Amino acid sequence: MAARGCGGVWCRVLQRGPGGSCSASRPRRAVACNARGGAVPLGQSGLAPWAAVVGLEIHAQITSNSKLFSGSQVQFAAPPNSLVSFFDASLPGTLPVLNRRCVEATVMTGLALNCTINKKSLFDRKHYFYADLPAGYQITQQRVPIAVNGSLSYSLCKDNKMSQMVTKTVRIKQIQLEQDSGKSLHDDARSQTLIDLNRAEGQLRVDANISVHHPGEPYGVRTEVKNINSIRFLAKAVDYEIQRQIKELENGGTVLNETRAFDSKLGCTVPMRDKEGKQDYRFMPEPNLPPLILYDAKSLPANVNHQQVVNIDWIHERLPDLPSVKRAKLVELYGILPEHSFTLVNEDGLMDFFEDVVKQTQMKPKKVIGWILSDLLSHLKQHSLTAKESPISSFLLADLLNLLENGDISSSAAKQVFEELWKGEGKTPLEIVKEKQLELIQDQEELEQICQAVIDEREKEVMAIKGGNEKVINKLIGLVRKATRGRANPLLVKQILEKKLSE
Amino acid sequence: MLKGYISPYNATVVQKLLDGGAVLLGKTNLDEFAMGSGSTDGVFGPVRNPWSYSRQYKEKIVPRSDSEPENSNWVITGGSSGGSAAAVSAFTCFAALGSDTGGSTRNPAAHCGVVGLKPTYGLISRHGLIPLVNSMDVPGILTRCVDDAAVVLGSLAGHDPKDSTTVQDIFQPFALPSLTDVSKLSIGIPKEYHAPGLSSEILAVWSKAADLFKNAGAKVVEVSLPHTHYSIVCYHVLCTAEVASNMARFDGLEYGHRSDMNKSTESMYAATRREGFSDVVRGRILSGNYFLLKQNYEDYFVKAQKVRRLIANDFVKVFGSGVDILLTPTTLSDAVPYVEFIKEDNRTRSTQDDILTQAANMAGLPAVNVPTALSGRGLPIGLQFIGRSFQEKQLLTVAKWFEKQEMKYLLCIQILQISGYTHHQKDEFQTSSGERC
Repeated sequence: MAARGCGGVWCRVLQRGPGGSCSASRPRRAVACNARGGAVPLGQSGLAPWAAVVGLEIHAQITSNSKLFSGSQVQFAAPPNSLVSFFDASLPGTLPVLNRRCVEATVMTGLALNCTINKKSLFDRKHYFYADLPAGYQITQQRVPIAVNGSLSYSLCKDNKMSQMVTKTVRIKQIQLEQDSGKSLHDDARSQTLIDLNRAEGQLRVDANISVHHPGEPYGVRTEVKNINSIRFLAKAVDYEIQRQIKELENGGTVLNETRAFDSKLGCTVPMRDKEGKQDYRFMPEPNLPPLILYDAKSLPANVNHQQVVNIDWIHERLPDLPSVKRAKLVELYGILPEHSFTLVNEDGLMDFFEDVVKQTQMKPKKVIGWILSDLLSHLKQHSLTAKESPISSFLLADLLNLLENGDISSSAAKQVFEELWKGEGKTPLEIVKEKQLELIQDQEELEQICQAVIDEREKEVMAIKGGNEKVINKLIGLVRKATRGRANPLLVKQILEKKLSE
Repeated sequence: MLKGYISPYNATVVQKLLDGGAVLLGKTNLDEFAMGSGSTDGVFGPVRNPWSYSRQYKEKIVPRSDSEPENSNWVITGGSSGGSAAAVSAFTCFAALGSDTGGSTRNPAAHCGVVGLKPTYGLISRHGLIPLVNSMDVPGILTRCVDDAAVVLGSLAGHDPKDSTTVQDIFQPFALPSLTDVSKLSIGIPKEYHAPGLSSEILAVWSKAADLFKNAGAKVVEVSLPHTHYSIVCYHVLCTAEVASNMARFDGLEYGHRSDMNKSTESMYAATRREGFSDVVRGRILSGNYFLLKQNYEDYFVKAQKVRRLIANDFVKVFGSGVDILLTPTTLSDAVPYVEFIKEDNRTRSTQDDILTQAANMAGLPAVNVPTALSGRGLPIGLQFIGRSFQEKQLLTVAKWFEKQEMKYLLCIQILQISGYTHHQKDEFQTSSGERC
């Protein structure tokens, strides 16, 4: 079966009161932060405040060449049942053999999430009958997983403002290795289900566990919500379920310990059928896999074959920079804003693009970033492209920015050139500038003439400016720009106009 | 359940034999899924012990009544690898493979008068062995003499990357030395193996064997394995739990028997398993699932694992006190007639018959049955040697020495008189090591 790492994440969404101590005489408005950091009233006003507890179970498929316990290959979109070994088909007499790369991947993930890596971890069997589980059990790590007690810091924008970022921490309960199931394809027309034993769908799957309680009281009964297919739906499902539970409890009802499915069309959770009572998985140690022993530099025995052991310290040394470190470096090195570093790191390939441009241009990184984050990124998003697929290479963009920086063109002209470059017709920025005659007018006299012409035309505005309304000069500047088709340096124009108007 | 199923791959042990030039003569009968101690619960019917047709046995039978049909008092082979033991005993092949989880190789070896070796757990690959109890199963070796067993062991033992429970150490095949001086040997006689139900005949043979060692200069001491009497119950819990787990894959979906019931996946599973499994198997699955329930897990499964540790420690202590090999009976009696055997159910029989053999599986130790004598009814009696982990060489060396002693020699001559083979045909039955059996 394909490899799968599974992490448990617990976060508390706390309610925020209006501040100060709790006073019984004053009705308190119970509020909480939603995923976007905005205040959301929990429950009806005047009633006791609620706190929600959310736990996420995340299934992430490990990128490896072969599956976790069998030697069969892993390949995206292979024909159904073409990558199934004897072990995957659960033929009698076959035994699991642990994939080293999967263990390393799990250790790397554990280290990246500040977990304690268990030097000895165990494998277990979790039994249930389902068509996509040929052996009738799944090999997992229920008793002692590879990594435990980690944490992840993340930033939340308050009120949707990137400038107001709050850092929060979420606890990682554990990371365990487990077998993936097969893929089920339901054919309702013929009342049948087809099973593909290559591997399950979806590189990342999430189940959410939600409960609510009054602060100070014990945790409430939790429900599990499945069938969540995106991060956006995850937020919706969690918000909905919190509200549903609160409403239920405030109306005197109870929350059942059940599994619910998220209906993305209706935006709500519904009970899943066929769940009578809780499943007893009859956990049992997996007898065919001895305990997994991991070593570090201290405990590594001498004379051991490097190929035969996994050394935690060796993996630690080779961890790439984590995102938070990358972001901090960007801010320090280039003087960009923290919120900009997020976008750079989060968009695939964008950081490299940015750094390449910076290397090739005289323009300061603080100015370059604007071009990257607004002009380039918006175009990429519009056309669903990644930075690597950009029709404008970092070289071309650097070239363009150099023209701008040297004062050869105005910024509005540069934007026009940008649009032309985007067409990807192979022209250089200089060629486009020449073709469209976008060079800044360097001739002072010519500029003065144009400015004078505008002043002569716009008596009303001139009167307003002379009367003290200074902002109106921007309108004149705009008119000059129009007249020059963007070829006038706005600062220079302003200077000339001001000089003329003060005469 | 696996009727008509042809495995698309060879087990490692089979492949090793084929690679070594062995000729596969056939597959043998057994108790279904290796559950049983008589080889009577197989889909193809019960296995008949070749000794049922030997002159020794026939001479001793007292016909019960005239109305009884001729062949109604044939005896069982023991089990569960009875077919393999019978094949070797009847001279149809040089050696046969079996499995040993609670004695399934040694038990039929004793009843059929052949050598049955249970190797140390982790020495021989289980890849391709349909598991009964993964933590106790080993492939078993059945041959007519100890030297042959050593030869087969030499070609099978060693690390297999496909089986993560095999040890990494490199295995060196060995030839067995011919021991002449046993004065440095210490033989332990565990008193708990004087079990209730042990026939007086076997007790006498056991005693005589101990004396044989003593008279030859070896140190023979009584030892104690105090947790022996817990082993059957412990075994039942662990065995049924693993069985329940291992049998979960037989659902008719990927291979094997599939029921015609197709109203829903679940009903198909249920019908397939009801049709495909015998009562014995289903009984064990139900018990096993019971023990694995969350509310029972601590009280049964975990407790049994703890008891298992105690049983294993008994052996560690004894071997640590200077004892080299343990000598015990293999079975409680000689082979019983089939009509007697089936009067009790499989579970009861297994409980009774496994008692002398399955502690070695609990502890993962190597053990071997050596045919020793004939009973008053003309049927084989064997004795068991249990050795230290991975000390097969020492174990088999001692076994070979014992084999050569007078007791065994008596047995040998009589084997050649099965079904009227006469004295002058003795020369044909030479073993691979060239020694006359």
